[in-house]
Amino acid sequence: MITLSDVHKSFGTNAVLRGVDLQVARGSSMVVIGGSGTGKSILIKSILGLVQPDSGTITVDGKDVGTGDRDAFLARFGMLFQGGALFDSLPVWQNVAFRLLRGALKRPKAEAREIAIEKLRRVGLSADVADRLPAELSGGMQKRVGLARAIAAEPEIIFFDEPTTGLDPIMSGVINDLIREIVTEMGATAITITHDMTSVRAIADNVAMLHGGKIRWTGPVADLDRSGDAHVDQFINGRATGPIEAIR
Amino acid sequence: MTAPLASIGAAALGFLAAIGRLAIFTGQTLSHLVRPPFYGREFATALVQIGYFSLPVVGLTALFTGGALALQIYAGGARFSAEAVVPQIVAIGMVRELGPVLVGLMIAARVTSSIAAEIATMKVTEQIDALVTLSTHPMKYLTLPRVLAATLVMPVLVGVGDVIGIYGGYLVGTERLGFNAAAYLQNTADFLEPLDVVSSLVKGAVFGFIAALMGCYYGMTSDRGAMGVGRATKSSVVAAAILILAANFLLTEAFFSA
Repeated sequence: MITLSDVHKSFGTNAVLRGVDLQVARGSSMVVIGGSGTGKSILIKSILGLVQPDSGTITVDGKDVGTGDRDAFLARFGMLFQGGALFDSLPVWQNVAFRLLRGALKRPKAEAREIAIEKLRRVGLSADVADRLPAELSGGMQKRVGLARAIAAEPEIIFFDEPTTGLDPIMSGVINDLIREIVTEMGATAITITHDMTSVRAIADNVAMLHGGKIRWTGPVADLDRSGDAHVDQFINGRATGPIEAIR
Repeated sequence: MTAPLASIGAAALGFLAAIGRLAIFTGQTLSHLVRPPFYGREFATALVQIGYFSLPVVGLTALFTGGALALQIYAGGARFSAEAVVPQIVAIGMVRELGPVLVGLMIAARVTSSIAAEIATMKVTEQIDALVTLSTHPMKYLTLPRVLAATLVMPVLVGVGDVIGIYGGYLVGTERLGFNAAAYLQNTADFLEPLDVVSSLVKGAVFGFIAALMGCYYGMTSDRGAMGVGRATKSSVVAAAILILAANFLLTEAFFSA
């Protein structure tokens, strides 16, 4: 269980998170929606400790994320970054097996490569791409390599930051299906950040909407269309008029 | 009335804060020297990138500088009949000053800029965040290998630069100015002292440390976007060059003040 209680984060005078309360049950897939610049990425970076909240508490299975063995804590997570964040100087398989080539999870090189190729296959990429550099791949392929890297060490918790941004609808569908399959198959807890409503409906068990620095609404994805919240209605229907100002 | 004073005060505070941030960054970098894990492959890569691939630029810089120095000393010495001191002055000039300083500045141009641009780009494309989520400390993986490699390999580069610089002077001296080859080499060897060489190599190590540290510091603290990467790269080279020249003065004072 991931729990955020009254989490605040400001950058200078810009208060991004203004008291976020959110719970994500173990093994469930939570999708956080909200407009651009509303702090969705800051939210998951706060859980990982990449951003330090100004106040509030964040716990994973009851333990404060700021305490205990940091490496052991991070070893429980996998993350797919918005732009892939692949290491350009390393071939694809070393990107995927990065965690398996060093640190506590280190394996022999041949075994790490084998696992990397298996994970690449899992996300629909052939072994041919293993020795290529990330710059030689298309955007969709880079995203899939990022996904393979996120699941390589079989983490308990996976974060997906804008997994379909910049992809065509077909590739978006492929990525959405992959995420859903992987999360179900691995039994992982997932938090996905997106404003792509197709992704929301494909990936989510539960949805939370972040607006004005707070969770505006949260509930099962089946209830999304009857949330009764004007902000949620405007967002999911993509209307220019409503309580959310189009110019922010 | 008080506005100019406030501006000066704000600038002074900003400067002190920047020194503080750099001092903390340096301390953090050095602290990883004694805290495993260590990334040997990244260290080896940095050694090759900083050391081996800098050899051509270092060699050419030293060769032309040594040759020009010989011509200048010969022309200047002729004013008071001291043309014969060319081998000695080329040797001392290259080893004590020009070798380490020019190699340091060339490394600042080639290596500092490259490190800053690479790390800044990694930062803006979230690769640094990705490293953290993969349980890898960016300072251990990116900063320490580069700083350590530059510190260790720079004395070698400076040594190579010193030798090639002296050789440049020798070529001009013997081929253009009519010096006897054996006498030129003998004068060079007789005049140089161990302290000259030690100071040169120590300067190299310090300049290497500064060059890599500045690249890493400005890369890690880069702002977002292409402008942020560009600013980080420019600032890193300027800061490295100034710090190298300042350190050169302090080291010269330490080694050779009477």
